[in-house]
Amino acid sequence: MTGAAIEANGLGMTYGRKSGWALRDCSFRLPAGRICALVGPNGAGKSTLLALAAGLLRPSEGSVRVLGGTPGEARPRIAYVSQDKPLYPQLTVADTLWAGAELNPGTWDREAAARIAGPLPQDAKVKALSGGQRTRLALALALGKRPELMLLDEPMADLDPLARHELMGLLMAEAAEQSTTIVMSSHILTELEGSCDYLLFVDGGRVRLGGESDDIVAAHAVLTGQARDLAPHTVVESRTTGRQMTALVRKEGPVDPAAWDVTEPSLEELLLAHLRSPEAPALLTPSAHAGQEVAAI
Amino acid sequence: MAESAAVEFRIDRRSGVATYLQIVQQTKQALRLGVLEPGDRLPTAREVVEATAINPNTVLKAYRELEREGLVEARRGLGTFVRRTLGSAAATTDPPLRAELTEWTRRARAAGLDKDDVSALFNDVLDSTFKGDQDS
Repeated sequence: MTGAAIEANGLGMTYGRKSGWALRDCSFRLPAGRICALVGPNGAGKSTLLALAAGLLRPSEGSVRVLGGTPGEARPRIAYVSQDKPLYPQLTVADTLWAGAELNPGTWDREAAARIAGPLPQDAKVKALSGGQRTRLALALALGKRPELMLLDEPMADLDPLARHELMGLLMAEAAEQSTTIVMSSHILTELEGSCDYLLFVDGGRVRLGGESDDIVAAHAVLTGQARDLAPHTVVESRTTGRQMTALVRKEGPVDPAAWDVTEPSLEELLLAHLRSPEAPALLTPSAHAGQEVAAI
Repeated sequence: MAESAAVEFRIDRRSGVATYLQIVQQTKQALRLGVLEPGDRLPTAREVVEATAINPNTVLKAYRELEREGLVEARRGLGTFVRRTLGSAAATTDPPLRAELTEWTRRARAAGLDKDDVSALFNDVLDSTFKGDQDS
């Protein structure tokens, strides 16, 4: 079994007594080598979770382990790009890349950084760059570091569709070659859907779905048929119009194909249904359960 | 890198067909059309994902499936290579099968089914007939 890139146990974070919990009771495991979409609505706790994993925030309760150690210990092996892409505004693009090389002696990959930063005007100061150009430079630094784990907070938000496709392609190529674990957050699932094979769905400060995207989808079904009791399945959402009922359920055993027209939901349908049904129970696939090694001892 | 790959894949995210299946189907189509021949190299996972921005594991899953069907083989450190072509003759031009299907389609039409009805019925039978193959 491969190790965990991130493992959270009862992780919680509050920014102050009055602001409530940004994240609470989060327990999950992200296996190494996955490309994980961290999705959820605005204010769900995505950025907090990434900042905790990067070691920029200290948890208010619980713990998070990264690449087998504390976030601080793992820092040389992590690249974290926060939402606001902090760079030094007075430095030029070339200076910034030089700083990246100097700050990451031994691991810096000049070629990887240049592949991404290539189209940027090398002598321009960072403060003169557009939002999308700054994203490109920040990603060049992140990839140049040759990290084992990349934590990218809304990496594609500022990019035009062409740059988005190009940079996502370069990220995937990097992952294919180096087996890098990548976590990318977004509130737009479709942006990430094709590129990610793992999902963490955060909502209201909790992890509501976690695991291989395919397995999460396969655990659910959309049933259409005559309105009737849906037991034993767990109903995430259902609608009745006249005699017809449409329900998105989490399957508990086989579905009777004679009684229902059964289709597989899209990942997006699944997330929307969960967003509309805050009381639906959480689902973590076996690989996403935290502390299984500990339990085995 | 050695010789360039013989094909490239187009991924349609809105098609509703799983991405790995699109790669499998496009490879088979290329084999049927003779675009791919034995000995040809498929693009590496890196090449595919850099061009399409899909997940690397999806490419590997597609290649494993093609390998399982005996169409390609992975050679360590070299890439994935085509082993054999796909014979198309029986499927598309077998006259008796085609004649039976034509006859059946005429009967369905005579019975009052329109094109969509026939298509739905055919797909339903197709799905249930081949269901076991998909699951295994």
